[in-house]
Amino acid sequence: MRILIPGLLFLALTAATGCSSGRNSDGINDPYEPMNRRVHAFNRGLDANLLRPVTRGMSAGESKGGPSAGGKAVELVGNFGGNLSLPGKVVNHLLQGRPVPAVKNTFRFLVNSTLGVAGFFDPAGADFALPEEDTDFGETLAVWGVPEGAYLELPLIGPSTERDAAGRVVDLFTNPLSYRLNSDERLIGLGARVVSKAGERGRFGDSVDSILHESADSYVQTRLIYLQHRRHELGEEGDEIDPYAE
Amino acid sequence: MPNETRRGFLAMMGAAVLVATAPSAQALNTDQARALIQTSLDEVYQVINSGQPPAQMYRNFEAIFARYADVPVIARSALGPAARQASAAQLAAYQQAFQGYIGRKYGKRFREFIGSRIEVTGARQVKSFFAVTSVAHLNGRSPMEVEWHVSDKSGQSKYFNIIIEGVNMLASERAEIGAMLARRNGDIDALTQDLTQAG
Repeated sequence: MRILIPGLLFLALTAATGCSSGRNSDGINDPYEPMNRRVHAFNRGLDANLLRPVTRGMSAGESKGGPSAGGKAVELVGNFGGNLSLPGKVVNHLLQGRPVPAVKNTFRFLVNSTLGVAGFFDPAGADFALPEEDTDFGETLAVWGVPEGAYLELPLIGPSTERDAAGRVVDLFTNPLSYRLNSDERLIGLGARVVSKAGERGRFGDSVDSILHESADSYVQTRLIYLQHRRHELGEEGDEIDPYAE
Repeated sequence: MPNETRRGFLAMMGAAVLVATAPSAQALNTDQARALIQTSLDEVYQVINSGQPPAQMYRNFEAIFARYADVPVIARSALGPAARQASAAQLAAYQQAFQGYIGRKYGKRFREFIGSRIEVTGARQVKSFFAVTSVAHLNGRSPMEVEWHVSDKSGQSKYFNIIIEGVNMLASERAEIGAMLARRNGDIDALTQDLTQAG
């Protein structure tokens, strides 16, 4: 498996650099729109028929007093999955030449794996001011100067770009933990991520419904929100809108 | 977590959109822009924490939005080039409907703001307007950056855009109103009719 990494890295780089550039006036580069829209229709149908009904109960009962018992369980599983992903983030921070977040995430991993009972609790965030410093290989590619590429909507996964999709593939291999786990343990990690995603769908149900099922063109809204937020995360935002100058 | 913030953005806009900026006669500076947002946040939270029935809250939110946001500029910008072909009467009706739509659409998210707080952290000049920065602390979510764009070009200090973790309201509503207009083959009167039901 180790031998795969350089090969994948090369693939990711050529895929992301070789691909379409050229944003329109709105800052959107979407030459695959017809295909993306078909995938979007699939994802939206999946959400309406499976995710929405299944996750509706998960956040039910959430109120001023905080999450319900079910919500709390989902949170713990989410913590567990998030903790397992930390070593991969450390690798990416190092690849980006950012030692400070790498060190913080390392300490976070050590604290939560021990005091946090294998990562189910988050004492690092609550008591040590060590929140998760998020990153991924898509960001690493951005730091290395690889352009964003065209917009993509991926089945099951959702909105992405050519660069981020390449990053996702490489991130299957950047987590050093995955080489130390057996297949059962990997399955548990995957399960934790799925439960955590489902929990988010429940908690942010109204927001997701509003974008996916109530907008006039949910494809366009999803694309816009993803690209703006991602560019903000990566420090690649465009100019501010000045409606008085139009 | 990125997905949390991504999804939280719509929720944030709920409170954000409703925030008021008090009218001011003097030319705007950073301190004033900052104070406007602070005062306005207090006002919005009063409604959120009032415990009124939702329908009444939506009406209050719409009234605050109408009074303190630069609704004509936001509505016109959301409509895009079609605004140039519309008559004054058509535009006025559209603007009225747009205002109600915003009040309902973002007002619906008020529950997510109960027990939350938004802290104003700074202000700076950007080109010819001011950007006020703030951080939103919502229950069980990572803190979110919220930026407010304030201008006095209308003759009063008002806000015209809100950017939450990079996602901005003007761009989002341009896309949404554009899609609604396309669905009606460019008929503004039909769009206005749809807007009175939407949100």
